[in-house]
Amino acid sequence: MAVLRVKFTKTKRDKLAQVLWILNWISVVTGAILFSLGLFLKRDIQYVPNMLIAVGLIACAINFLGGKICYDCVDTTKFLRWKLIMLPYIICTFFFTFCVLVGALMCYCMHWELEESLNLGLTEAMRFYKDTDTPGRCFLKRTVDMLQMQFQCCGNNGYKDWFQIQWISNRYLDMSQKEVVGRIRSNVNGKYLLDGVPFSCCNINSPRPCVQQQITNNSAHFNYEHQTEELNLWMKGCRQALLEYYTHIMQSIGLTVLITWLFELSVLTGVRYLQTSLENVLRQGDPNSESDGWLLENSFMETARMNLNIIKSLGKGNQIDTATNGDPNINVPSTSKAHYGPDNVPPKQITEDS
Amino acid sequence: MLLKITFTQQRRVRLAQGLWLMSWLAVMSGAFIFCLGVYLKTELLRRAEVMDNTEIHVVPNILMMVGLVSIGTNWVATRVCQDSLDASRFPRWKLLLMAWFAVAVLLCCLLLAVVVLSYALQGRLEESLKVGLRNGIRFYKDTDVPGRCFQKETIDRLQMEFRCCGNNNFKDWFEVQWVSNRYLDFTSKDVKDRIRSNVDGRYLLDGVPFSCCNPASPRPCLQYHLTDNSAHYSYDYQAEELNLYSRGCRQALTDYYMEMMNSTGPGVLSVILIQMSVLVSLRYLQTAVEGATALEDPEGESVGYLLEKGVKETFEDVKANVLNILKFAQVDPSAAEGSPGAEDAEKPADNTTEKAASPTPSPAS
Repeated sequence: MAVLRVKFTKTKRDKLAQVLWILNWISVVTGAILFSLGLFLKRDIQYVPNMLIAVGLIACAINFLGGKICYDCVDTTKFLRWKLIMLPYIICTFFFTFCVLVGALMCYCMHWELEESLNLGLTEAMRFYKDTDTPGRCFLKRTVDMLQMQFQCCGNNGYKDWFQIQWISNRYLDMSQKEVVGRIRSNVNGKYLLDGVPFSCCNINSPRPCVQQQITNNSAHFNYEHQTEELNLWMKGCRQALLEYYTHIMQSIGLTVLITWLFELSVLTGVRYLQTSLENVLRQGDPNSESDGWLLENSFMETARMNLNIIKSLGKGNQIDTATNGDPNINVPSTSKAHYGPDNVPPKQITEDS
Repeated sequence: MLLKITFTQQRRVRLAQGLWLMSWLAVMSGAFIFCLGVYLKTELLRRAEVMDNTEIHVVPNILMMVGLVSIGTNWVATRVCQDSLDASRFPRWKLLLMAWFAVAVLLCCLLLAVVVLSYALQGRLEESLKVGLRNGIRFYKDTDVPGRCFQKETIDRLQMEFRCCGNNNFKDWFEVQWVSNRYLDFTSKDVKDRIRSNVDGRYLLDGVPFSCCNPASPRPCLQYHLTDNSAHYSYDYQAEELNLYSRGCRQALTDYYMEMMNSTGPGVLSVILIQMSVLVSLRYLQTAVEGATALEDPEGESVGYLLEKGVKETFEDVKANVLNILKFAQVDPSAAEGSPGAEDAEKPADNTTEKAASPTPSPAS
């Protein structure tokens, strides 16, 4: 009672072998693409590129071997060379495709981990924006500016985040000016807050030169309405922008890996059918005859039971036999049916009194 | 004979095999040249808005054309190699091979020309960028004029991406009105003063757009009143280097494109080498195989050479052939009387060449 039995004539087998050879080579190319995708992403993200690189390399190797095997399968004499390797190869490839599937699913589940870490990171960076003279934080201004320009965003949730932190260092504030002292005094913590944003928040699509200072003051700029002005600064918050960016990357990678997985699975199924049909041909003896191919010889339950028994007996081989209490010199009559030659007569038992 | 080498049958077979592999390598390098041309062209087209003319496009155009022709030519070479050891199929390539050699030499010359052009056109590229950038800066404020409304975005994006400011440096922005009149309050005294003090009635200021700001500066960007030291605390206009980008965009773009073209130089030179070696090997193969088929024993030794006669004589022969072809192409009014006479004149010439050729086999025999 085989699983998904299919009949194969000689021409069908040859055609299957040829098609599988081509598909294996296409998989090698896809593996190479995944590998280069992993290398390309290595500068942006932390852990995922390593997985991609590993998957790409293993896919290349496995499919190269598979291509070689399928190429030789057209000729039954050459198939004998690969006969013993094929089943382990199929099992390995099956586990590999399973890991690939898990990896692809992981890509889709990553995004809520990202959100928390992004939130914390951005708030800290904005707070230390002005500390360009403090070692260890001097690069944060540049990082935040480049981030806002590249991802076209401003602040954590919006541009108003900049109104609540002091982003101009005291080094550049003229403490002798009345206005500066007034602002500092009016703040509880003595911070110099203003309704202005850094230049990196400026929107390049704005028809008007960027209005960075006195954003909420309509009378400070000609023909300017703070509430309706949308194109002046980037409206999106950086946390949202970064989240969207990484989620998009993850989803694209996940989709690519999923498609690769489907492809590998179909190639694997083809190779399994090829293996079983060629083994049946060898069993029948005539290389040109029809043969059956299947996925599993018996049904799922029986195959699982058989494999479990094999594993159990392997385990038993190492165990001490409890019937003899561990003494190998005691003769315990065997319980299995012994075959005593053609007339099935057991030999005379040598008893102690004879 | 120029540079002759004797070939045994085995050596001929080896030559054919090696040449087949090398021809496929040459096909790959042709594809590489084509891709290089496409890449250069797309990079140039991306910044087409700040370039005034398209003269520099001749470099990627030639590369693409040469790449395509080279793929076809070297594929023909692989077919010739495959047929070269089969005496019945080789003769049909005879005429084509002459044309092939001419095309291969032409390709090598074109590739050399590309390398030379990429250096020679640097001046033209700079001119084109100068005019293009000047227009871009001039029309920066015209975001409401159809056809120019994209200039602001283009220039801003360019300055941020290439980390440059203005045409030669940031002072170019002081000479242009880059704030549109739509956003100027004409009732304000300051605005009126500025416009009156300018001859053409333009609103000029010592400020730059935000895209000139350098993110690496430790200080929040100062865009306006740049020349006025007292307008900002602890600020010295002469000593300030990190506030804005100090490079001009023309220089930045020229450097970018020159670097790109120079880095393709070694690749193009190695492709020329591959093509030349395919050419030379194919010539040896052709002459060796033809020599072998002319012998009584086709499997024996034969001589392969580059040119049958010396360089000068071959050149004279080629010139005479070309002139002959041109002569036949012309309409000859004295053709009726002249042609029998020309034929008679040719017959003794043929006899003399035969007489000259005939003594040579006798000493050998």
